[in-house]
Amino acid sequence: MKRRRKKFNSNTVYTIIVYTVAIVAALAWLYPLVYVVSASFSSPEELLSGNVVLFPKGFTLEAYKYVFKNKDIMTGYRNTIFYSVVGTLYNMILTVFAAYPLSKKDMKGQTFLTMMITFTMFFGGGMIPVYLNLNSLGLLNTPWVMFIPSAISATNFIIMRNYFTHSISAELLEAAHMEGATQLQTLRKIVLPLSTPILGVITIYYMAGHWNAYFSALIYLSDDNLMPLQIFLRRILILGGMEGMSTGSSMTDSLIYESLKYAIIVVSTLPMLIAYLLVQKSFKKGIMMGSLKG
Amino acid sequence: MKKEKASLAVRTKNWLRNEAYLWKRSLGKYHQLYFLLIPVILNFVIFHYVPMGGIQIAFKDFKISEGVLGSEWIGWDHFERFFGAYNFWTILGNTLIISLLSLAFSFPLSICLALVLNEIQNKKLNSTLQTVFFVPHFISTVVVVGMLQAFLSPETGIVNVLLMKLGVIQEGIYFTRLEEYFRPMYIISGLWQNMGWNAAIYLSALTAIDPELYDAASVDGANKWQQLTRITLPCIWPTIVIQLILKCGHIMSVGYEKVLLMQTSTNESVSQIISTFVYEKGIVSQQYDYATAIGLFNSVINLIVLLIVNRIAKKRSDVSLW
Repeated sequence: MKRRRKKFNSNTVYTIIVYTVAIVAALAWLYPLVYVVSASFSSPEELLSGNVVLFPKGFTLEAYKYVFKNKDIMTGYRNTIFYSVVGTLYNMILTVFAAYPLSKKDMKGQTFLTMMITFTMFFGGGMIPVYLNLNSLGLLNTPWVMFIPSAISATNFIIMRNYFTHSISAELLEAAHMEGATQLQTLRKIVLPLSTPILGVITIYYMAGHWNAYFSALIYLSDDNLMPLQIFLRRILILGGMEGMSTGSSMTDSLIYESLKYAIIVVSTLPMLIAYLLVQKSFKKGIMMGSLKG
Repeated sequence: MKKEKASLAVRTKNWLRNEAYLWKRSLGKYHQLYFLLIPVILNFVIFHYVPMGGIQIAFKDFKISEGVLGSEWIGWDHFERFFGAYNFWTILGNTLIISLLSLAFSFPLSICLALVLNEIQNKKLNSTLQTVFFVPHFISTVVVVGMLQAFLSPETGIVNVLLMKLGVIQEGIYFTRLEEYFRPMYIISGLWQNMGWNAAIYLSALTAIDPELYDAASVDGANKWQQLTRITLPCIWPTIVIQLILKCGHIMSVGYEKVLLMQTSTNESVSQIISTFVYEKGIVSQQYDYATAIGLFNSVINLIVLLIVNRIAKKRSDVSLW
């Protein structure tokens, strides 16, 4: 009797500790985001005097007005949307083109090509040879350079291929074959509709990659009209530049900059977070399936 | 002797015939799929394998006018120059320290996070928590570094403002400029951004554990802690090993995008790492051949470490990448 009570107690203590740790950590994780949102709606004066800790103080939309008036940010936004949509579409098409054929175990050349793709996970030309290659192909400072060279990520290829091999019944495909469906018809009418969770997950992976990319733009692009949002964010948030945002008085400029930083973060990050929240259900499922490593 | 040779010839012939048959059948059955592979192969050849050929300029005196193939071979000169550079050991040390420190924190902590989340039985709370820990992964590096700068700014950042209000410090600390704060900032922001993401793989391994194991254990009187150490950890051990191998394979490739963003002239003594050095020498000052040599040194070490760790893991625990 005594022993059983002790066991019950130690398990309760364990559970309490686990829940406390989890909730405290989650609050700590959320705080920076909450602060950014609150600061973006607060008046610069309140921010400067350190009164904004959790909720907005001196509520104002002034900072957002500046963000949407800024030409650079709007150019960046337009370019990023273009690269993300077109780039992700291109990624998805080519990744399916790679993953579906190479999921066929009895296809000749399958092993070799799979190895050729996975090898790039562990070794590559490196920053400079890649740069020189793109230069000699005449792709530098063109919009194409932002998505054509990185068409297929080896990791996403493996996840998708594993899904095709493990989660789609071979009998179903065989039956389709018997009824005279061509391989492409099978892919379009059976395989892809059955793979929507994994397709959603990989779309988000690619999309986040495009949306958040800055380094490729930094080294491959030089024309400001082609620059994605992240490059302008870097200039404003990290290098502290305010070009094209002047109000005429430098006093107001440096004041508004305080809340403007936070508004820019909200405006640039929100679309990606919404996209993630929309697909997160299939996301969790997809990660599990993808992790069924071969 | 003669007989053996003949049989070898026969075997080769049979093998060839068999191969030809398999290819013919595969081409017949999958001809459409081979067409799909054409753009894929082109992409990998043009954008991955051609640059690998470009690595040869690490051993050449590269001149753009002469091209990759036309430039003159000079042997190991660029490597010798790098190894002899006054800051070689600093750069190598910085790379290893940042990488090992992040691994030391992020690797065990993400396993802990997965274990904690796995214990939360309440479904709604569980999925909310997962979302909270996942979300920062979708925030760009530029924004994360921008947030660091905003929060830590000496006069207006929330951290300094709060510390001053509490009377801990009199004057704001310039966190982003002082070298002693570079590594903590790098690691803490990295944890915030990626810990949930890194935990996901363990979470999925945890859900694959047969619940009957736990039922049996609690019937036998094992408490939660014992269940953790005797069932849970052994069950996810292979995943842990594979992840460790993969992480070790990237020991020399620190997230240079973030380091580059966090670099200032005043913290360079700790923030200059191999890849930012490649960027500086290659892209900024256009010493293409020299920078390629440095990059090659980096990726070869990565590959060697990966092979060694994989070998050790295979011997010790039968888990390996291949």
